Amino acid sequence: MNAAHSATADHAHDDHGHHTPGFFTRWFMSTNHKDIGTLYIIFSICAALVGGWFSMMMRHELGDPGMQLAQNGHQWNVWVTAHGLIMVFFVVMPGLIGGFGNWFLPLMIGAPDMAFPRLNNISFWLIVPAFLLLVGSAFVPGVSAELLGAGTGWTVYPPLSSKLGHAGMSVDMAIFALHLAGASSILGAANMITTVFNMRAPGMTLHKMPLFVWAMLVTAFLLVLAVPVLGGAITMLLTDRNFGTAFFDPTGGGDPILYQHLFWFFGHPEVYIMILPAFGIISHIVSTFSKKPVFGYLGMAYAMVSIGVVGFIVWAHHMYTTGISVNTQAYFTAATLIIAVPTGIKIFSWIATMWGGSIEFKTPMLWAIGFIFLFTVGGVTGVVLANAGMDTSLHDTYYVVAHFHYVLSLGAVFGLFAGFYYWIGKMSGRMYPEWAGCLHFWITFIGVNLVFFPQHFLGLQGMPRRYVDYAAPIPPEHLQGPLVNPIEKIKWIMDQEYGLHLWNYVSTMGAYMTGGSVILFLLIVFYTLFFGKKASGNYWNVQPQCMTLEWTLPSPPPFHQFDIQPKIK
Amino acid sequence: MAENIEYGTTGKPHPYHLVRPSIWPLAGAFAGGLAALGLVLYMHGVKFGTFEIGLKGVILGLLCVLAVMFFWWKDIIFETVHEKVHNGITEVGLRYGMALFISSEVMFFVAFFWAFFDASLYAGETHQYLRTEYTAGTWPPPQFETIPAFDLPFLMTMILLLSGCTVTWAHHAILHGKNKDVILGLGLSCLLGGIFLCFQMFEYAHATFKFKDGIFPSTFYMATGFHGFHVFVGTIFLIVCWLRAKKAHFTPTRHFGFEAAAWYWHFVDVVWLFLFVAIYWWGSVGAVPAAH
Repeated sequence: MNAAHSATADHAHDDHGHHTPGFFTRWFMSTNHKDIGTLYIIFSICAALVGGWFSMMMRHELGDPGMQLAQNGHQWNVWVTAHGLIMVFFVVMPGLIGGFGNWFLPLMIGAPDMAFPRLNNISFWLIVPAFLLLVGSAFVPGVSAELLGAGTGWTVYPPLSSKLGHAGMSVDMAIFALHLAGASSILGAANMITTVFNMRAPGMTLHKMPLFVWAMLVTAFLLVLAVPVLGGAITMLLTDRNFGTAFFDPTGGGDPILYQHLFWFFGHPEVYIMILPAFGIISHIVSTFSKKPVFGYLGMAYAMVSIGVVGFIVWAHHMYTTGISVNTQAYFTAATLIIAVPTGIKIFSWIATMWGGSIEFKTPMLWAIGFIFLFTVGGVTGVVLANAGMDTSLHDTYYVVAHFHYVLSLGAVFGLFAGFYYWIGKMSGRMYPEWAGCLHFWITFIGVNLVFFPQHFLGLQGMPRRYVDYAAPIPPEHLQGPLVNPIEKIKWIMDQEYGLHLWNYVSTMGAYMTGGSVILFLLIVFYTLFFGKKASGNYWNVQPQCMTLEWTLPSPPPFHQFDIQPKIK
Repeated sequence: MAENIEYGTTGKPHPYHLVRPSIWPLAGAFAGGLAALGLVLYMHGVKFGTFEIGLKGVILGLLCVLAVMFFWWKDIIFETVHEKVHNGITEVGLRYGMALFISSEVMFFVAFFWAFFDASLYAGETHQYLRTEYTAGTWPPPQFETIPAFDLPFLMTMILLLSGCTVTWAHHAILHGKNKDVILGLGLSCLLGGIFLCFQMFEYAHATFKFKDGIFPSTFYMATGFHGFHVFVGTIFLIVCWLRAKKAHFTPTRHFGFEAAAWYWHFVDVVWLFLFVAIYWWGSVGAVPAAH
């Protein structure tokens, strides 16, 4: 292999790529897609701990009526904002797109690396200062010099995010964090599209491309076209705040609803940006562990394309209650319901892939089936919310919170875990203990359902989002907090005019359980990396009919793979 | 995955260009972070003790960004000119990359045009009564003297279109290997870009409305200013190409650096045409033209 390589004068210059460089060069000056992918995954896990910590505090706060942790409502808003922004921009996107996308997109198309390796590295490093700015924003003046941090929600709507609502510098820091993270996303996406179009091995036509690559391709197009619009919106917000413009200020003839249009023109494609890569991962796992090719491969690919396209023309379903006209509401309801069609194609094709297969319930498969089940629940509540008439009464209630956590926290995050267990052997060369992976799945599965299923009920009872407290009798001393007999506590709650207490308490108990599963996950990661059994090249025994190129390589793959180009028949 | 796929080998080394490790991505990311932090500190007039930070942080950050850009692109030019590693397939990759970058820029402009049309098409929406108060239900709002479209802006349109011609002249000269014409064509393009920017500064200096005067100036200055910044960047891009042409970097078969600059320049040109038609011309129909 090496002889063939150095025989070509053209390539003599990049012989340096064939031995692993020193520590600093390797991790801080990297131009290697696998190393950059690893950096992304490490970053994503760290950010998830921070973002997850905020959600634990929020659930603890709402476990009982009254104020437990938050000093005031603004602080609560800061937690909500930090949780949302961190999970979207610094956990799901870096994990699925930066991490697995970087690792497996070149491997699956038979390429030695990404098209622009240096650009790849700046895409990663830009999210580090972005994250520092965002975390820093929590410690500087927000609403006023006393109320610190940005409490605007991840949507950063004016006028709450204007000088009027947040006079301090925290919102400006959050805006710049989004600018940097956005630049990272755009550059990374352009890199991935170029890689897919330009670096597929001979014979790999678009219609032979693995579905994960299709998913990344559609995702990358959404990023290139959607993120700049967010950039424009937050730039106008920045000049409104600091340079006296009036884009979103009605007294100067501006329009706060304009911000919402611009935000959701980005924001709606953004939710597909988060879920499409997970769709790709799930297709691979379902196929591998059912030992059948994906049912309706082309339908699966074009379902993702149509989700991507239609995703751009449904944005105002986030804005039914802003006073948009009935005709506009009717259009956006119809357009939104259309998305259920390609999504249904995917769900039914996954089930049809499993149908009659010789199914192995290994950990990744458990996560994949969990994904299909829970994503469908989130999808069905999505169909409910798509109707402007229904949404008018459910808007900004916990029903919406339950809906988008079913598709993201139980959809995208299950995709992350599924991908992690499926590929950790390939990435690290070591296997996780199977029983521990299964245990992690079941604890998480039960935990997150306990967290989010009751939130549907809370929403139907009318509990609004982004509130630090709710009306219910305060429990007696011996029944306050989490460390009490839950049966006794629930009995006590049900004897009262308990209002919103019961389901909030159940949801909070689920959060503690999920928190425990995170600790188990970290233990599994450490055990795997240091003591895990060595993995073979094709450790899942992926059958020829389900084969993708990463399984033709050793685990972990060499520093640069495919020096000799593969070919697809 | 899909059915009936078999994997084999071509038996040949891959044709791609794998780059060396580089410090510039890391440095560039933190330079960008520094510039952002500097802007926040500047906008809020932060002082450390008695030390007033002012624009110092912004300037330092931007200088770092510019330095990184300089060295990063220097590496790329070295790779293409001296190492000759930008073979056919690598160049196709660069084409995709540039086209995608320009697409993302187009979407950036979409946001600002959206803001403009939101205000101008719905200037008289009754339920936005504060806006109606400001605009008196018409666009442009009657209190503003607009810039007459067929005055300076039309001349600027002609200048940009002419610069598009000179760039195309330079392109044909490259294809025919006439380097003197390349230098001349590019030099004229840079000059025209510079003249355009001077006219824009003149226009801004003589406009009777200020950035802070409400939604009309907001949309006007944001859209034209963001475009002006792109003209500035495009002009620098062309100047770099002019310097490279003087060093005879471009050959009839290898000159993607130039083509990228030309693409970018045409993109800036097209955006201007939209600005001219929508904001200067349509956006000032029925308005009081500025006295001049």
